[in-house]
Amino acid sequence: MGILPRIVTKTTASTISVTNVIKQFGRFAALRGVTAEFDAGRFHAILGDNGAGKTTLLRALAGLAQPTSGEISIFGKSPKAACRELGYMAHPSLLYDEMSGMENLRYFAGLYGIAGDSRCAEVIQAVGLDPELTRGVGQYSQGMRQRMSLARAILQDPKVLLLDEPFSNVDVHSAREMVGLLKGMRDAGKTIFVVTHQALLLDGVADEFVWMEAGQIVDRTATAARATGSREEPQ
Amino acid sequence: MTSRRTTSSEKTTGSENSLWTVTLATLRKDIRLEWRSKDALNSMLFFSLLVVVIFVFSFDPLAEESRHIVGGLVWVAFLFAAVVALNQTWARELRNQVLDAYRVSPAPANALFLAKALGNFLFVSVLEALMTPLFVIFYNLRVLGPAWQLIPIAALGTWALVVNGTFFAAMSLRTRSREIMLPLLLFPISIPAVLGMVAGTTAVLTGDNPAHFYIVLLLTYDVVFTTACLALFETILHAE
Repeated sequence: MGILPRIVTKTTASTISVTNVIKQFGRFAALRGVTAEFDAGRFHAILGDNGAGKTTLLRALAGLAQPTSGEISIFGKSPKAACRELGYMAHPSLLYDEMSGMENLRYFAGLYGIAGDSRCAEVIQAVGLDPELTRGVGQYSQGMRQRMSLARAILQDPKVLLLDEPFSNVDVHSAREMVGLLKGMRDAGKTIFVVTHQALLLDGVADEFVWMEAGQIVDRTATAARATGSREEPQ
Repeated sequence: MTSRRTTSSEKTTGSENSLWTVTLATLRKDIRLEWRSKDALNSMLFFSLLVVVIFVFSFDPLAEESRHIVGGLVWVAFLFAAVVALNQTWARELRNQVLDAYRVSPAPANALFLAKALGNFLFVSVLEALMTPLFVIFYNLRVLGPAWQLIPIAALGTWALVVNGTFFAAMSLRTRSREIMLPLLLFPISIPAVLGMVAGTTAVLTGDNPAHFYIVLLLTYDVVFTTACLALFETILHAE
């Protein structure tokens, strides 16, 4: 069953809305008039080929890419104003290689005014790592780095999680565990956006699959069936 | 991996992420990273050591002549060595795009700038403390003016270099040839400060003129440029 992009007419405090967003890099338009409304508390998987604009959309939602035109609203606020409610995980780890996981999180916790080590230890354990690990993040395996990066993104207990390819270079078992963790967060009321090429991993977990092509949202479906070639009928 | 949920009730929020809290946390983090990698200090030390040796072989002045030229030699060596450190300042923030983690946080932009500037000030001051005795020995220096005035000249001059250097290093962060761009931006704007440092140091070494004017000049320069950098840094940080 397909879900067509909804035209935003009114921004509400319970939604995340993107209104006619264009993002240009020089003469290249990465986003070409994206308009969509995303319900809070749902798991949105953003899919598409390389260069479709998925990462740019995610960065725009995070406030890292300023739209050339158009508007983004996170629960009625601009991404900058809503920064405490946003957790962002990029394709690179966003961590200092020379510091341990705990040292990294302790620093980033300070940026959000989170005192003490208990919250840091808690999120490290939540992603299945050991807070006592003393070696630098640069010496972690790729999978461990991804998990630590997720721990950094959820550190301030954000309402919205923006995750860019969280399962890349992660083995299937670990990826499924991460999906389970994200599903738990969604069930706890978080709004989750995941940019991924591994759509089938999220089948039955994500509430909707947002398909992008050439800087536009071209379809929104409830299953990942389109990824296997059986395109669904639009609703 | 545990599937433990993170809920609002588990959130531990306490201290504020005020300007000084974040500045000190970032400064501590930078000192820790520098202590572990020693990227900036090692390259600065080797560079300035090389400059001292080259100068020693190039000039063989008498003690009286030394007092007139060492001010210039010292500050040229420190200026070039500082550029090496300044280029390292932001390089570690670009690795793994860590700067983005700061940009999405509610932490004040100026806290990052102040921490970087203070960190560079510390690293360049350490370099100066280590290299100054070498200049004194190699050039057989004896201060004829009030020696204590070298302290404010060094402190204010170093701050002048690092505050602008930190700012322009951030500005050239996204340029393709940022290591070339930094000196091109930094050196012209540092000319008044460098003149103040060199002339002030020479005045103290020779004892010919009072150095007060140069101290006031450096102080004014520092206040003006620190204010300008703080006013503009947020724009630089969030520029794409």
